Amino acid sequence: MSVEAPRTLYEKVWRDHLVVDETDETPAILYVDLHLIHEVTTPQAFSVLREHGLPVRRPDLTLGTMDHSTPTTPVRSFRDLEIVGESAANQVRQMQANCEEFGLELFGLDSSHRGIVHVIGPEQGATQPGKTIVCGDSHTSTHGAFGALAFGIGTTEVGHVLATQCLLQRKAKSLAIDVSGTLAPGVTGKDVILAIIGQIGVDGGTGHVIEYLGDTVRTMDMDSRMTMCNMSIEAGARAGMIAPDDITFDYLEGRARVPRGQHWDNAVARWRRLVSDPDARFDKTVNVQADQLQPMVTFGTNPGMVIGVNEVVPDGRNDPGIRKALDYMQVESGKPLTESAIDVVFLGSCTNSRLSDLQQAADILQGRKIADGVTMLVVPGSQQIKKDAEALGLDKIFEAAGASWRESGCSMCLGMNGDTVGPGKLSVSTSNRNFEGRQGIGARTVLASPMTAAASAIEGRVADPRSYL
Amino acid sequence: MKALTTLSSRTIVLPDRDIDTDQIIPARFLTTTSRDGLGDKLFYDWRFDSDGGKNHEFVLNHEQFANHRILVAGNNFGCGSSREHAPWALMDYGIQAVISTEIADIFRSNALKNGLLPIVVDPTTHEWLINHPGADIDIDVESSTITLPNGDVAHYPIDSFARYCLLNGVDQLGFIQEHQNAIEHFEENRPWKP
Repeated sequence: MSVEAPRTLYEKVWRDHLVVDETDETPAILYVDLHLIHEVTTPQAFSVLREHGLPVRRPDLTLGTMDHSTPTTPVRSFRDLEIVGESAANQVRQMQANCEEFGLELFGLDSSHRGIVHVIGPEQGATQPGKTIVCGDSHTSTHGAFGALAFGIGTTEVGHVLATQCLLQRKAKSLAIDVSGTLAPGVTGKDVILAIIGQIGVDGGTGHVIEYLGDTVRTMDMDSRMTMCNMSIEAGARAGMIAPDDITFDYLEGRARVPRGQHWDNAVARWRRLVSDPDARFDKTVNVQADQLQPMVTFGTNPGMVIGVNEVVPDGRNDPGIRKALDYMQVESGKPLTESAIDVVFLGSCTNSRLSDLQQAADILQGRKIADGVTMLVVPGSQQIKKDAEALGLDKIFEAAGASWRESGCSMCLGMNGDTVGPGKLSVSTSNRNFEGRQGIGARTVLASPMTAAASAIEGRVADPRSYL
Repeated sequence: MKALTTLSSRTIVLPDRDIDTDQIIPARFLTTTSRDGLGDKLFYDWRFDSDGGKNHEFVLNHEQFANHRILVAGNNFGCGSSREHAPWALMDYGIQAVISTEIADIFRSNALKNGLLPIVVDPTTHEWLINHPGADIDIDVESSTITLPNGDVAHYPIDSFARYCLLNGVDQLGFIQEHQNAIEHFEENRPWKP
């Protein structure tokens, strides 16, 4: 009897979903357990189905929401919701019509379950360990926090999954990122992942699936794990994964779409095997010391341009990429960002819009006011999170501080729904991308944690949250 | 998808590294429900000023590079979002191949599904191409080679299935559908159901 070779978590989930294995000539056919869809990256895929007269193969494994094009303006009733721009309104109508025509479940505008696609999957318990999860959205990597293999796909592939529930895939390489040490107060999962991207670069994970290991990750709550896996794509990685454990199971138990009773026990027993074997081989390993980390902020125009909140902006003289970024950002080498006055604070996005993110920011803002001239948007990741936050009175804290409390959605993360930062304005944002113009034409973005965002709102400049703890 | 066997064209050079898909096509243009007409939006915020006027410093606005079909870009082209609007915009504009030292995973996958050829070359060839904008080069998909004007030939890596699909204009959906029985067998026999 042959002994099976040790396998990584990624290899286990990969093998478990092979309909047809890959060869030198052809890629693998990989089965998809959960297909999340939203309004922006699906219309052209539904058109292809219609042209070919094809049905959706597994409506029961497909779940839709609307988040990117939808406004977050507070409303009493969703009948009052005014979508900004005719093409966005048309896109939302098409999503509704497509889901109706093909018999797909959609969390529509008036649904209490609606929210950002990467927030609602876990919230509903649709995201589960060991599943393959895809979506026409690069931040699908978020769901890897549960030990799922989750990655973003293009619209042509959305069509493949709708029609066949399968994808053509080559197996990726594996990258272990081992994070060890206790995080200092005021340092969060967001700071850890920004530091990692700063260390390995925005292409450090290209061609790889990352597995986050180590005691720092093991003690993190699910919200922080999701933040870390969410930004795996910002290091170029195909996906990010964390082996499920009791923290994962506690988070999932009792949620709407997880198994019950004996089925739950069976599922947990199966999920406990979803760990990399002790001798499993990774193509690459990176070690990160987390106990020395400070709150991190970006100074440039990609998420790899990162410094500690009190560190000075590096010199760009010998690096045209950095020089161009500093030009765009209008920040000076040799000075810390804490000298930069800000105009906008955005607390939200699939990276940092969950209840604990809002709670951390509210703890800092409680009894304080945001600085004159600063606009702050607080955008919960889902209508459920909005409700939960309101039950805790967080909305009142934000409003008393002078921030705007919104409906759920992608909002200012990508400026395609009416929420934008404004040309030339500087924003501290808890989202995931500080690309040129990402938050609207000419917008300048500093990525940071919810705590750093809250402290910055109070001071009207990029600020260290540790003075508020 | 149309087959692509050979491509001979002059190049356009964008030496910046890490060009992300938000630059290739900004998010505000993604409210479309069609894949057509996105060429006008390609590199929009680099091509046009905030008042809509042409940015004459930007290479796509230089008359001498009009109708060039090969884009040479800095390392890690196409990073960021999964929007297939990026290759749609490039192709609608007239670009048929992108050359870099590294191309982001999702962008590469999307490009190949639309007949846009993503080419990763060695640093020496790349440096030559970056320093010679407008160079007339020949790409041969069958042999996976680029021939430079001086006759030098560089081989580039490409997945054999991707090459086959490009050469034959294969629709990959059809390929998966041919495995209908295997998919059904998998669904019926897996040890747990999602």
